Amino acid sequence: MKSSFLNYLAAGLLVGLVTSEAQAQLAIHGETIHTMTGGVLKDAVVLIKGGKIEAVGTKSSIQVPSNYQLVSAKVVVPGLIDAHTTVGVSGLLNQKHDQEQLDKTSPMQPELRAVDSYNSLDPLVDFVRSLGVTTMHTGHGPGALISGQTFVVKTSPSTLELSTLNAATTLACTFGPGALSSGKDKAPGTVSKAMAMLRAELLKASDYQEKIKKADLEKRPNRDLHLETLQRALEGKQPLMITVQRHQDILAVLRLAAEFKLKIILDGVADASLVLKEIKASGFPVILHPTMARPSEEMENLSFETAAKLQKEGILFAIQSGFESYVPKTRIILFEAAAAAANGLTFAEALASITINPAKILGLTERIGSIAPGKDADLALYDGDPFEYTTHCVGTVISGVLNSSQAR
Amino acid sequence: MSHASPRRIGWLILLLVFVSEITQTIAQEKLTAFVGGTIIPVAADPIENGVLLVEHGQIKAVGSRASTTIPAGTPTIDFTGRVIMPGLVDTHSHIGQVALADKSSPIHPDVRAFDSVNVRDASIQRARAGGITTVNIMPGSGTLIGGQTVYLKLRRGNTIDDLMIKTKSGRVAGGLKMANGTNPQGEPPFPGTRGKAAALVREKFVAAQDYRDKIARAKADPEKMPARDLSLETLVEVLNGDRVVHHHTHRHDDIMTVLRLQKEFGFRLVLQHVSEGYKVAQEIAAAKVACSVIVIDSPGGKLEARDMDWKTGGVLERAGVVVGFHTDDYVTDSRLFLRSAALGVRSGMSRPGALKAVTQAGAVMLDLQERVGTLEPGKDADFVVLSGDPFSVYTDVVETWIEGVKVFDRSDPADRLIATGGYGSGNPRTAHLCCFNEGGETR
Repeated sequence: MKSSFLNYLAAGLLVGLVTSEAQAQLAIHGETIHTMTGGVLKDAVVLIKGGKIEAVGTKSSIQVPSNYQLVSAKVVVPGLIDAHTTVGVSGLLNQKHDQEQLDKTSPMQPELRAVDSYNSLDPLVDFVRSLGVTTMHTGHGPGALISGQTFVVKTSPSTLELSTLNAATTLACTFGPGALSSGKDKAPGTVSKAMAMLRAELLKASDYQEKIKKADLEKRPNRDLHLETLQRALEGKQPLMITVQRHQDILAVLRLAAEFKLKIILDGVADASLVLKEIKASGFPVILHPTMARPSEEMENLSFETAAKLQKEGILFAIQSGFESYVPKTRIILFEAAAAAANGLTFAEALASITINPAKILGLTERIGSIAPGKDADLALYDGDPFEYTTHCVGTVISGVLNSSQAR
Repeated sequence: MSHASPRRIGWLILLLVFVSEITQTIAQEKLTAFVGGTIIPVAADPIENGVLLVEHGQIKAVGSRASTTIPAGTPTIDFTGRVIMPGLVDTHSHIGQVALADKSSPIHPDVRAFDSVNVRDASIQRARAGGITTVNIMPGSGTLIGGQTVYLKLRRGNTIDDLMIKTKSGRVAGGLKMANGTNPQGEPPFPGTRGKAAALVREKFVAAQDYRDKIARAKADPEKMPARDLSLETLVEVLNGDRVVHHHTHRHDDIMTVLRLQKEFGFRLVLQHVSEGYKVAQEIAAAKVACSVIVIDSPGGKLEARDMDWKTGGVLERAGVVVGFHTDDYVTDSRLFLRSAALGVRSGMSRPGALKAVTQAGAVMLDLQERVGTLEPGKDADFVVLSGDPFSVYTDVVETWIEGVKVFDRSDPADRLIATGGYGSGNPRTAHLCCFNEGGETR
């Protein structure tokens, strides 16, 4: 299952990143460098060539070539990865023309691709980058039973094709009161109905999956974008990312996953602390709601300490910025992880939740999430503890390009 | 041995609760010394190993251990390693499920926020957990004149009356909420443009001037007195300077429109949100108007917040403006109010200025500077006990005290649940959202 998933990821890569703009030769010196996979280095250097990390090590062990541009920062970490956002799909202005995160014309639309509506030049992309975010898993927001296909993209100001890591990462679903339709004739009107609809749709897809493989071309059904996407989900090639908050709804989703042997990512999970054992037993990773999300409606019992509880239980998790309908138009994962660090996570665990952990969940550890030779040269530079309110992000490097040096 | 029937146990519990309530009340009456912590009086430089003497709910003395005499036998509470600062003043909040702007009309000064505060709402408890002791609860911004705001002390009260503050003239303390920009725009009778919005407000204030003058001319003669008008009566308080206008405004041109109206009618004013204040800082300073700034994690969310910037607080501070911050709770979380000031520091505000902004400056904006906002003898014993630097993400609010009574204690499991969240910390009902979905997604 895993290898076919990775194969699909490889096939899904639109383009390699190493292009003319990423040829800079850079040396980033950090008083402290958090590599995530190779420990914490003091007084160390990252050498960057052709958009990739060439070497990393203490200053005494690495010779910086004279033709490399040297940039120094107090703290260097891997470029931050937002495990789930809608930035670039839902724009800063919050006007009809820049809100592409949800289409409610039908409750289940797996055929929609967020990659088709992403605006790499939206000011919010620039804004999150200025705080250290170099990669985003972005796409359709919660609010429909099946809202569409998410994708992974770098926050570089280049064109979309140059910065996309995976054009069809997950299939975004929402389960619970948040995905119900309004109006008396609209389905789903209840959570049970929502589950019945999901099951029926997956059955249809498994039927399609069988028929499409028939040797006799005449017996194959016509290609169906809707069912084809669900088929990929059934085959584990494109996991379902299911946004679900309440404990009873989390259990219902685990039941669905068991019935169809689905590969899923649990998203949101405000009530996770009530069903930790069940989540752990499922083996599914979690993309946790923003730590500072508003405690209301189905998320009214959320806690600043859920991240720490997931960590203690040994569940692989990342922290997301999520979707915001008003102000702030987006949250910032740096701050959300900081709040978790202040509420039970260690510094290293909190940093992992926005670097190496999301890379693992998204199947992209070979490219991003840590500072190691051969990885994409994606870094975030700070003038102090990145989680402190009064620290500034002094620059980001994406695929070897130094992007921003304005302190924010 | 008597039977411990459930009924008897019930009475016993009631009695215990009663006794503990009394003890709590007595505790604030007796002279008590809070010692050992670093005290940030705001009115003066921080004091290491400080002493805060409290009696009858008021501050008796503040000073260093060496220079402050603690009378023999005074009960002391040790706060070694802690930081004590004045209770936080939130100048703009929607906690307590206060009704949103009433969309039946764009102007209703007669609507009073205190008629709809739910003092048992979880949001009020969360504010205490954030160190907020005084709050200005306002109607929403979907109208030009939304109504009367209410200033509350977040005492552990049973009813709204227990939380209210009375002004010297005896009325319930509060201001008037006004708004311009896009939030109050809509179909008639709401204004379609900014020009129309200003015209509607001017018309109403002119009516209030007439009403005031008629009353003056009547010289208390009942025959000549105009019929009582709840709206105009409130606006007369504004014209007389008895009631401060808290004006929601974001864009630089909208800010200037508010200053123009303020000049025309002479009302006392606090600018609220002031997202583009940094573009007209000199003009605001020249008008001598205080600003309560909102700090949001990212700009946008609506057109007029496009250019919102964390630097606003610092730019206004350097221009000489009285600067405060607010939560606008539900927009930001009351438990994280200090974070707003910390982000102000991140973006150029001085640390003393940012400390002042969440305490003394807020008190000035609410006309409560004689009672709250600093730790000085004679002021209310409203203070917050922190685990460390007020502007560090790793700092917790440990305790919150109002008038010598502890209203939040992180070591109490019930309070801790509110502070961190978790199952049972929410409300058993759908929360009301301020400003959300008022007239569509473009707001």
